[in-house]
Amino acid sequence: MPHIVTDNCRLCRFTDCVEVCPVECFHADEERTYIDPDVCIDCGACIPACPVRAIYDTEDMPEEFVPWIAINAERAATLPVLSARQPALPTAADRQKELGF
Amino acid sequence: MNTPDKALKIAVIGSGPSGFYAAEALLRAGLPLQVDMLERLPTPFGLVRSGVAPDHPKLKEVIKVYDRIARSPGFRFLGNVALGRDVTVAELRAHYHAIILACGAQSDRCMGIPGEDLPGSHTATEFVGWFNGHPDYRDHAFDLGREVAVIVGQGNVAADVCRILAKPVDELRTTDISEHALDALAQSRIREIHIIGRRGPAQARFTPRELRELGEIHQCATLADNRDLRLGERCETELNDLQNGNAAKNCALFREFTANQAGNRRRQIRFHFYLSPSEVLGDSRVEGLRVARNRLEGPAFAQVASATGETTTLNCDLLFRSIGYRGVPIPGLPFDDHRGIVPNAVGRVTDGDHTVPGVYVTGWLKRGPSGVIGTNRADSVETVTHVLADLTQADAVEKPGGDALEALFPARGTRNLSYEEWLQIDEAEIERGRPHGKPREKFTRVRDMLALTGHG
Repeated sequence: MPHIVTDNCRLCRFTDCVEVCPVECFHADEERTYIDPDVCIDCGACIPACPVRAIYDTEDMPEEFVPWIAINAERAATLPVLSARQPALPTAADRQKELGF
Repeated sequence: MNTPDKALKIAVIGSGPSGFYAAEALLRAGLPLQVDMLERLPTPFGLVRSGVAPDHPKLKEVIKVYDRIARSPGFRFLGNVALGRDVTVAELRAHYHAIILACGAQSDRCMGIPGEDLPGSHTATEFVGWFNGHPDYRDHAFDLGREVAVIVGQGNVAADVCRILAKPVDELRTTDISEHALDALAQSRIREIHIIGRRGPAQARFTPRELRELGEIHQCATLADNRDLRLGERCETELNDLQNGNAAKNCALFREFTANQAGNRRRQIRFHFYLSPSEVLGDSRVEGLRVARNRLEGPAFAQVASATGETTTLNCDLLFRSIGYRGVPIPGLPFDDHRGIVPNAVGRVTDGDHTVPGVYVTGWLKRGPSGVIGTNRADSVETVTHVLADLTQADAVEKPGGDALEALFPARGTRNLSYEEWLQIDEAEIERGRPHGKPREKFTRVRDMLALTGHG
């Protein structure tokens, strides 16, 4: 089972995850990033890289995030790969504070 | 090679993750550029081939990414070429505009205690290299004929060593573990594996995924002591920090292990904390480990182990140490002996207060042995940013590059292998593994690899 990006990414999109991903499995839209489950190798590098802890190992996550497994798979399939780190969204600093990080 | 003469010529030394991510970042820069990757073995991929455990095949899928980089225009593999043996740093600096050292941390930290070198006391590197078929460790022998093993260290390499010792051998038969290791493990009589750490469960370095696996091994009881999980206030502060998620998950797993019973399982793994080895005991071979009990001192996130004065002895037959890794000094370049790295400022190699022009470092040799495979991607992006900034500001000088370097090899008896020749080895290994249901059976001797590619 792969890793997934959850709701904390929304309005942040820091993309530190993208830079440490060894296999370029991150895709993105205007709002957040998503992990392609067929490409992710479960190395876990992205988990500590995320400033708002949006990323989980699906084998080890709170029940509430289960719907994100399908969301990541569906969205990643239709969006372009992010190969390099991007500037965070303008709302990122406020959102990070709001999330308590 | 039809490299235009104005191309920037860059040598990357080492073909593990940090080397390949450096090559990737260079090749994506959109500049006329040639990357030559030197590797001391005939085979590429560094620790992905010889470090990642055989029962973690998914992690090895990262090789597909490296294969894509290796097939890019502007990339050349120079296998079986060792820095120091076949070429010198001075020669590389003369042939290339820049050299990037990506040689990793190839040796283990010592415990620095009496008896450390007794027969039966090994480094994790030796054992991991041995079961993964690394030519350097092919002829090492591990006596698995007795019952108790101790592993010193609580990181992911310690977890790999433990898992390979604890797993039923039948579960390894269809992995790419080397045949000689499989044969030895099939005869193993190991029953108890003790993993000791000098600090507490909140400071263990495992990633939770690796730790969880140790609790899920068939016919193996994984145990921890309730008393070790009574954490002080400063440890609780560490666990409550949102950015320290691994520690909280690890402690939850250790708590689960305290409820397990040894029962009549074939094997057991037992975690021990707050213990520092002080002496390996035994006359002609390892018979035990004397350990000193510690308590934690200092503020949260900077707690250190401090001896209480109490000592105890763990009887054991086999000892592995996995307490950190060090780079190996490169002749002709500065070395930070304390940290076991090449001294650098964000990747630029430094000698005292000045930088060494044209020489860079990335990966474990740059920052020390921390992080996972992907950590090296960001690290190499950082180094390459500085390489390119320096090169594009420098006056254009032509460098002879890899063709001229290769021309030096025949007189030295150096037989360099191309990426196409590695692909021949790759195909032959996959073929050798097929009858046994294995993804590959690695060649473990350099001479066999050379013979296969017509260099015998």
